[in-house]
Amino acid sequence: MIRKNSLTYLALIAACVLSAFPLYFMFVVATRTNDVISDVPPPLLPGGSFGENAGRAFANEHAAFLYGLVNSLIVSAVVTVSVVFFSSLAGFAFAKLRFRGRSALLLVIVGTMMVPTQLGIIPLYMLMVRLGWQGTLQAVIVPFLVSGFGVFMMRQYAASAIPDSLIEAAIIDGASTLRIFWSVVLPALRPAAAVLGLLTFMQTWNEFLWSFAVLDPDTPTVQLSLSLLATAYYTDYAQVFAATAIATLPLLFVFLVFGRQIIGGITEGAVKS
Amino acid sequence: MRRITPYLLIAPFFLLFAVFGVYPLLYTGWVSLHDWHLIGGHQFVGLANYTGLLSDPDFWNAMANTGGIFVLATVPQLLLALWLASLLNRGLRARTALRMGILLPNVTSVAAVGIVFAQLYSRDFGLVNWLLGLAGAGPVDWQGSRAGSWLAIATMVDWRWTGYNALIFLAAMQAVPRDLYEAAAIDGASRSRQFWRITVPLLRPTIVFTVIISTIGGLQLFTEPLMFGNGKMLGGSLGQFQTVAMYMYETAFQRFQYGYGSAIAWTLFLVIAAVAGVNALLVRRAAR
Repeated sequence: MIRKNSLTYLALIAACVLSAFPLYFMFVVATRTNDVISDVPPPLLPGGSFGENAGRAFANEHAAFLYGLVNSLIVSAVVTVSVVFFSSLAGFAFAKLRFRGRSALLLVIVGTMMVPTQLGIIPLYMLMVRLGWQGTLQAVIVPFLVSGFGVFMMRQYAASAIPDSLIEAAIIDGASTLRIFWSVVLPALRPAAAVLGLLTFMQTWNEFLWSFAVLDPDTPTVQLSLSLLATAYYTDYAQVFAATAIATLPLLFVFLVFGRQIIGGITEGAVKS
Repeated sequence: MRRITPYLLIAPFFLLFAVFGVYPLLYTGWVSLHDWHLIGGHQFVGLANYTGLLSDPDFWNAMANTGGIFVLATVPQLLLALWLASLLNRGLRARTALRMGILLPNVTSVAAVGIVFAQLYSRDFGLVNWLLGLAGAGPVDWQGSRAGSWLAIATMVDWRWTGYNALIFLAAMQAVPRDLYEAAAIDGASRSRQFWRITVPLLRPTIVFTVIISTIGGLQLFTEPLMFGNGKMLGGSLGQFQTVAMYMYETAFQRFQYGYGSAIAWTLFLVIAAVAGVNALLVRRAAR
């Protein structure tokens, strides 16, 4: 039995090593100079050139990397706040209020998660041109302000975490629905809101195709900036990898601190739908 | 007031999703019936863009690439995820650490994954070819060959999504009542028999869910092959790894043929719906 379990551990640890290795390799290359990268065997230990490499990435006018980082921070923060707010609002309504068409509309929301919206980018682009938003941050913020996954997740949480009696008591006290939302529901939803916020932030930070289509190279998001670097400076691996590492670090940090909650959020949403 | 409040609370989602999700997708169908230019007019051409697609070798090439990479990526990924989940379901120590370990790739951006893997698979100095060399196998031109590039891109997708799917399977496995396994064990069923006879059938809805999600994501594959080919939309010198999404992008945003690009998008949409539907049916039947 012990033997059997140690094989299990071995397999799982191997899976973890394979998962971590490309990221480790990213940091290795980011800290080395360019001349070792063509070495055989490839470099496997970190060096001391990270500052230099990162400096080149930040100074690179073609990729506007610092600008990209700031832009992504703004975009991700705004989208996160909005998704959490609107999802809580709708999730509360679906979980705790009675209205006609409730279950049908909830089904529609679950259905929206399966819609490949990415395939609509051509008219979406035309819409942005018409609004004059092309090349601006609104273009990558506004289409992402709500999320079907978010609504569903908050609905599931609200249904189990907020007792009906709490809301009934507030109604008897004469509180309006919005007032109940602010002072009873929102505080109770805080744990789920935090998880949804983390997931949304990561997703927005990593979004690529739409920014690639609608933003200009001089006002990029961080992912667009990375792709500009990788396309134009593929001979300067160290610089590209340093930028990639910097763009990945915030997410890794968030993941290491809140990993348990993030895992909970991902599995919760999927299993119940 | 109380009567309309619920609708006001859910309205923002439906409004925004209608404008930025549904409308563009439907309007893609309308644009696809035109010879459409951003500046100047557009001309109704009926189904000409679609008949054009049918005899367009670049489109079929992109379809073959997308389908090939999709199968190469999805089948091993879901099997591996099932296996990892069953390992994680054995009441281990360091549970959270192991789960975080396998989920780690999923928090990395696709652009970053593409950049790192392109280097790992580089022909002359890549780590993968070096390892192959140690095993006595010759260097593979991963970027240059069709099979090589498909395999490389598929591993990128698998790297990013296997752990994610494993955690979803795991959550579903934990909902399976323990006494089912105990009863089976008393009847002398082996662990693998228990897995195929109890776990897999009970996981059917979850497996269908992951298959559908993987189909929707896999057939829209874009960023991985793009970054694998150094950011070029052509997908290799001979288009050996240009996916349909890349071809759509190239047509609309680089050659400015919005009508034709929309026809590609709409066709892909129909293909996704059909494949997801068929896959769901097959899984439902197979796991019965």
